[in-house]
Parts: sequence; structure tokens; C-alpha cells
Amino acid sequence: MKIDWTRNETLVALVIAGFCTAAAVADPGFLSIVTLTDLLRGGIVLGIFAVAAMIVLISGGIDVSFTAVAAFTMYVTAMVLNAVMPWMPWWGALSFGIGVGAILGAINGVLIAGLGLPTLIVTLGTLSIFRGFMLTFIGQKQITTLPPGMREFGRMMLVRGENADGSFYSLHGAFAVTVIVIVLTWFLLQRTMLGRQIFAIGGSVESARRIGINVRRVQFFVYVYVGMLAGLAGVIHASMARVANPFDLVGLELSVIAAVVLGGARLAGGHGTLTGTILGVALIVLVRNSLIVLGIPSTWQSVAIGLLILIGTGLPAWQAKRAAARSA
Amino acid sequence: MSQNPTLNRIIASPEGRLAVIAVAVFVFMAMLSPDKFLSVQNMTSMAFQFPEFAILALAMTVTMLTGGIDLSVVGIANLSAIIAAMILTTVTGTGDGAGILMMAYAAALCVGLVAGLFNGVLVATLGLPPILATLGSGLIFTGIAIALTGGSAMMGFPPAAAWIGNSTVLGVPTPLILFALLAVAISLLLTRTGFGVKLRMYGANPLAARFAAINIDAMLIKVYMLSGALAATAGMVVMSRANSAKADYGSSYLLLAVLIAVLGGVNPYGGYGKVIGVVLAVLSMQFLSSGLNMVGVSNFARELIWGSLLIFVMIVNTWQAKGSRS
Repeated sequence: MKIDWTRNETLVALVIAGFCTAAAVADPGFLSIVTLTDLLRGGIVLGIFAVAAMIVLISGGIDVSFTAVAAFTMYVTAMVLNAVMPWMPWWGALSFGIGVGAILGAINGVLIAGLGLPTLIVTLGTLSIFRGFMLTFIGQKQITTLPPGMREFGRMMLVRGENADGSFYSLHGAFAVTVIVIVLTWFLLQRTMLGRQIFAIGGSVESARRIGINVRRVQFFVYVYVGMLAGLAGVIHASMARVANPFDLVGLELSVIAAVVLGGARLAGGHGTLTGTILGVALIVLVRNSLIVLGIPSTWQSVAIGLLILIGTGLPAWQAKRAAARSA
Repeated sequence: MSQNPTLNRIIASPEGRLAVIAVAVFVFMAMLSPDKFLSVQNMTSMAFQFPEFAILALAMTVTMLTGGIDLSVVGIANLSAIIAAMILTTVTGTGDGAGILMMAYAAALCVGLVAGLFNGVLVATLGLPPILATLGSGLIFTGIAIALTGGSAMMGFPPAAAWIGNSTVLGVPTPLILFALLAVAISLLLTRTGFGVKLRMYGANPLAARFAAINIDAMLIKVYMLSGALAATAGMVVMSRANSAKADYGSSYLLLAVLIAVLGGVNPYGGYGKVIGVVLAVLSMQFLSSGLNMVGVSNFARELIWGSLLIFVMIVNTWQAKGSRS
């Protein structure tokens, strides 16, 4: 297979490989199963968020409200389940979260697909609305006693083990959920008519409309789907943290979008791959968790992420600009 | 619709509708708690509060007019405040420190201009999408600010440092005067100069602007430098009011600045926007939050109401646009 050097995926994969090599040279202990499980754990919630953000970007929009949807959902789920449905098993809690997320996503969907408002502005508004509504009318206190279903899910591990040196490692069960989300989304985008329609409206709304795609219906679906994923991620976050803190998650939205764009999705719409998104998330998690291994103090973390975003999006942009200048 | 032609004319423009909203909010709040809301004390405290994020909204406005956005304004504001704070705390002079203060302001302004130049080169020369360029550079500016200070606040300024944020001139708060001067200057720049015309033309139709032989790269770089300088000015006001500088001050101001610009009728895809709209949007927001504060509504409810106001105004604007087309 020929390697395409102009693709973001190649670039990000190379940076990841370079980072890991440098880290392994600096600290031989870096290449261990503990590092791997830590990184995978860090990618669980971010990964689901990134898949959600990617679908919106592909459809030609942008969503900054998904973190607020997640925070709202986890808080409401923990509260409602504690109050009226403590018998609900872990899969019930996750489904409940998906349901709440879908409702919030539908609000975005109605405003964007139904009324035709710009996506950035709508989601900027709903970000404040969801968060403001939760903190004003529902509550501001952390819920430290989660409902039994979420507690059960929080204890679930896929793999658990002990290293030769006696340190423990484990991979949380939620990782399987992230994998399922990725596979499902892959199937949706690549193997269904709806998925191709999402790409089509992202490429050109007008062309999509002329070949008979119901643009509004597809857009509505996209925002409901994003809401569902965000709700799911919220419940998982609370279960893993063993506390529902309403001030968590909000503020991550731009980093998530950055990770997705790093992986090759374009803000203009119509482009985006799951491989790229996963690589983008991996790189961001790697920088967050392991910059210190390279001897760079953690205070420089945001400089590093900022530089990565500029390089990751700058190189393709510059190449495109040069190509355009040559052809003109 | 309504029988009154003057009213119809006012409601026809987004700025007119905003003026109606601003007045309505003011009257409503005045009726809700007349003795508190209309007091001189409340008026001055409002005049001290809003200029800092209003100046950031002006920075957002000039970049949005070109169809871009500047997500690094808060990062620039904090970085320039920290550079100024380093000068204020390390250089000791004679008297009340007015000379050092001027030096600190000049340094902060330079930081803003250089940061803006960096953004401009990313957007214009390298062709990065503005959202990503300024998102990345904003992280870098904030990161440098964290690395310089280790994340803690810088304090211990000479007394003169309080001037720009906390003093009054002839009874009018200095930040308000500063904001008014900047708003008028930006408004004149956008409407009365060739630069302003080119800027709005590029925002309305980049291709047409290119065919009209506008030097787009130079213009975009100037726009982002202007935005950087405005952000640095806002940073000085924040520093003076807080009497300290810190890498994570005002992080909620970023989305607020975007929200105000859009609420003010600035088209985020470029080409349309008036400074008067932004001023009216800022006033509506401030009346709303001060008024609600007085009747004991929490800060979080404010967030809810701001978001609702934004979406409400957008719905009205879209309906109006659809109505005028058909």
C-alpha cells in the first residue's frame, strides 16, 4: 500500500510514533502495559466526544454544546435514578443517559434543521442554556452517592492484572462501549444511505438538496445522534469518576474539536475519518498524560497542544494554498 | 403588522430591534427594583463592569467582519497583563509609578500586536482556518502565561496601576471612557476609511475582493493585529480592576465576547456588522445581569438567560430576513 504523505492521518501517526520513541528512550519504563491502559482509559470519554464532534464536522456544522449535554445528562441521570429508579441495572443507566442526551440533541436539531439557524451560534447558545438550566434549577452540589447501576458500571473491568513489579493495571469496561460506538458509527457512515447523505450535505448542501436528499431530516438526525453520544459519555464519565460533578466536562469542547481536526476532519464539512479521529484523540491524550516523560514540565502542556494544532492544521492548509497558487 | 410606520422602520434593522430590547430590559429592571437599579451606585458599578468584556467583543467584531474569528483574545489579554505585571513588580521607580505604568502599558500593547501578527500570519500567509489558528495560538499564549507564572497570580503593583480600571474622570468611570473612545474609533475605522471598506468587502465576498486587487494578506494581518491590541487593552483593564494578573482570568469571557458580537447583529460569516449593535448588545447584557443580580438571581441563571436571549434574537433575525426576501 502506498503511503499518502499529504494526509493528516499519516502526519499524526508519525508524530505519535516519534513521541513514543522519544519517550521510550527517555524512560524505558514508558513502554509498559500500565502506560497503555492509562492512555486507553484517558481516551474513553474523549473518544466518544470526538466521534460525536466528527459527525457534526462531516455534516458541515460545528457543535460546541456537547459537553454541556453530557454534564446535564450525567447529573440528571444520577439524580433521577437515585430518586425513583434505584433498581435500574447498569445498561439501564446508560440507556437512560442516551435518552436524555437525545432529547437535548433534538433541541439543537429543531433550532438548526427546523429553523435554519447557524450551527455555531445555536450550540453556543444551548451550551449556556443547558448548563445554566442545570445549575439554576436542578442543582450545583456534587452527587457523591451514585445510583447502584452506575456504581456497578464504575467497578466493571475488562482486564485486570498485576505486573512483575507488583503494580496493578486495569482496563475499564467502558472502553468496550467506546469501541462499540466507533464500530457503530463506522457502519452508519460507510454502510448506510444515511451516512452517505451526511457526507453529501457536508460537501455541498445545495447539491445534496438537488439530488433529493432531505437535508433537514439528515441534519436533525445528526444532532440527535450527537446528543445521544454525549449523554452516554456523560454517564460513563460520572460512573468512572464515581461522582457526578455538574462543573465537570464543560470547557473540553474546543480541545475535542481540535483533536478531531488534527485527525483530518475539515471545518468546511464533507471530510473526516474515524481513523484520523482516533489518532487525533490518541495524540492529545498522549501529550496530556506523558509530556512529563520527555522532561517537559506539565506547565508547557497547553503550549504543546496549541503547537500541535497549528502544525497539524497548518501543513495541509499551506499545501492546499500552494497547490491553489500553482494552478491559478 | 403594526400601524406605526416609524416603529416598523426601527424594527426592520437588527440594530433597531436591539435598541428596543435594550430599552425594554432597562425599563423592566427599573420597574422591578426602582430604588436599587436606578441608583447612582448601580449605574457606576455597571459602568465599571462591562468595558472589559465589551472591548473583547470589539476585537471579536473586527475579525468576524472578515468572516474569521479570534478565539485567542482571552489568551492575549492574560499574556499581555502578565508581561505588564512583571514590569510593574520588578522595576521599581520613584513617585507613584506613573512612568513605569506607561512602560508596562506600552509593553502590553506590543505583546498584543505581536500576538495579533502571529495570528495574522497563520490566517493570511499560511491559510489556516481562523477558528483553528486562533484556537491553537490561544492555547500557546495561555500556555506561555502559565509557564511564566507557574499558574499563580501576580500581585503587588504600585498604586498608579489602579488608574485605568478603578478611577473616574469628572465622575465618569475611566474604563467606560476608554471603551467609548475605542468604540467610536473602531466605528470610524470601519465606516470612514478605505481599510474599513476593504475589510467589510472581503467579509462579504472574498473572491470579489481579490479580483478588486485588494492586498488581502496585508489586510488580514492588520485586522488580527488590531484584534490583538484591543485584547491587550482589555487585559490592562482586567489587571487594574483585579489588581493582579493570572493566566486563567476571564476564561468565561471568550464565549461571552462571541455571544455579544453575534447578538449585536455581526454576521459570523463576515460582511455585516455595526459597532452600535455591539454596544447595544453589551448594554442589554449588562442591564439584564445587574438587574437580575438585584432580585437575587444566581450567576448561573444569567448564563441561561444570555443563551436564551442569543437564540431568541437569532430566530427573530432569521424570520425577518425570510420575510423581507419573500
